[in-house]
Amino acid sequence: MQLKEQVVAFNTIMKKEVIRFMRIWIQTVLPAAIVSALYFIIFGKVLGVMIPDVNNIRFIDYIIPGIILMAVIQNSYSNVVSSFYSAKFQRSIEELLVSPTPNYIILLGFTAGGVARGLMVGMSVILVSFVFTDLKIHNLWVISSVIVLTSILFSMAGFINAVYAKSFDDISIVPTFVLTPLIYLGGVFYPLSALSGFWQNVAQFNPILYMVNAFRYGFLDNTDVTLGAAYAIILLFIVLLFIFSMKLLRDGTGLKS
Amino acid sequence: MNIALQIDSLIKTYPNGVEALRGVSFGVKQGDFFALLGPNGAGKSTIIGIISSLIKKTSGQVKVFGIDTDDNFSLVKQYLGLVPQEFNFNGFEPIKEILMNQAGYYGVKKNLAKERADYYLNKVGLFEKRNDAPRLLSGGMKRRLMIARSLVHEPKLLILDEPTAGVDIEIRHTLWDFLTELNEQGLTIILTTHYLEEAEQLCRNIAILNHGILAENTSVKNLLKQLEKETFILDTQKSLDSSFAVDGYEVRLIDEHSFEVDVKKEQAVNGLFSALSAKGIQILSMRNKSNRLEKLFLDLVSSRENETSDAT
Repeated sequence: MQLKEQVVAFNTIMKKEVIRFMRIWIQTVLPAAIVSALYFIIFGKVLGVMIPDVNNIRFIDYIIPGIILMAVIQNSYSNVVSSFYSAKFQRSIEELLVSPTPNYIILLGFTAGGVARGLMVGMSVILVSFVFTDLKIHNLWVISSVIVLTSILFSMAGFINAVYAKSFDDISIVPTFVLTPLIYLGGVFYPLSALSGFWQNVAQFNPILYMVNAFRYGFLDNTDVTLGAAYAIILLFIVLLFIFSMKLLRDGTGLKS
Repeated sequence: MNIALQIDSLIKTYPNGVEALRGVSFGVKQGDFFALLGPNGAGKSTIIGIISSLIKKTSGQVKVFGIDTDDNFSLVKQYLGLVPQEFNFNGFEPIKEILMNQAGYYGVKKNLAKERADYYLNKVGLFEKRNDAPRLLSGGMKRRLMIARSLVHEPKLLILDEPTAGVDIEIRHTLWDFLTELNEQGLTIILTTHYLEEAEQLCRNIAILNHGILAENTSVKNLLKQLEKETFILDTQKSLDSSFAVDGYEVRLIDEHSFEVDVKKEQAVNGLFSALSAKGIQILSMRNKSNRLEKLFLDLVSSRENETSDAT
């Protein structure tokens, strides 16, 4: 398949994915905005006024970047895992598998769909946050790059989950029992210094901590990790997940008998 | 003439130990209308799965228009159009989008994809339904949708796995006409079907699989020549009594106005009519008792099974 044909195939997959989640935007985009608004009301307005500033930052301002990134992570992941698994379940994935579309285009197409939803949800949460506070931007480049790279990373993670999934239960196990705890314990609501020494060390093995802190730096000029470490970890995970996803596609794991 | 598909020593053993294909070899010429027949579990769908990359072969070689799938599966896929046995589209995606997306996966640009989607939806009689979701279609319409989808990238080899299963007679004949038209335009077609009448009507060459082994590979014409006898049912104007007989022919009375007669390969049907005329019996109608190919197919499959059981 020539490069220009590969571009057409990529655009087709991405467009199809965007149309899919926009067709059901009430289920895919709106809930994150509503849940975020609830976080801002409860932790920002109701409880937030009782909580002291964190690193001289109002509590509501401190948690907003983490809540935005949490929505991006969850939606990027769930978009790819549900879309790819549904395609497997309905066997419509065979439309792609019998076509000459290269495996990397299949992976990038689904990933692009996950990123599109992640960014759309991220934007909706940012807009909601304006109702509760004046969101400042310290470094737009950091904000943009961290949100896109994190979304890519979790879209690929969702892809791998979908490849292995054999039932609809399998696509909710990882988000519920792995992803959500990692996000909640990834510094969304508190700084690393709030933990005791032992748990501070444990927390540093959580990659989401680096993403949340780098993203927070983009808004508040405040971070518990170095930006270099954050980018290195995000990029390392993207490369590893890409290689692993390509191996799964090449071997036909969960797709070919 | 070029070979559209060449399969050599194809073996497939599934992880559970089932030997679906045990060294199958055959070829399909370019422009052919080829039938792949066999009872359930014979290995037909496994062969199709291997050609289309959905199933991984254990060993053997598959070449499509001279290109080995091991060397350039991407190019092989470009040449192939596939209509699988099971419905495999997103039931919620509008029909036209399904076709346009399929074209996109083959690198066909949007405008051309739209043009082709409209053309093939018209051809299979689904143009009016183009904005509907496939889950709202009848079984026959869904099958026609899969045929249209398999054509949007204009393949050179079309493989249809039971394309008319569950399709009513009228639509089946419309599809036959459409497939014949495509074949006449130069498209090579491979068909698996349970309707042996379909294979006899449409196909020039045939391969019969049984338990993963090629039981027969010849032209439909040659295969039919193997018939030792054919049984016809004849309806008469005059009442027949229980002693009714025709010299040289084995006759069985069905009722007082119809009977069945075996005509051997070396006998002419004319002779039967002459004998009946001599008795003053006028024939109102005549038909085959069973599909000719069906009889041969059953004979072949059962004889191979007997050979296998004798050997063991």
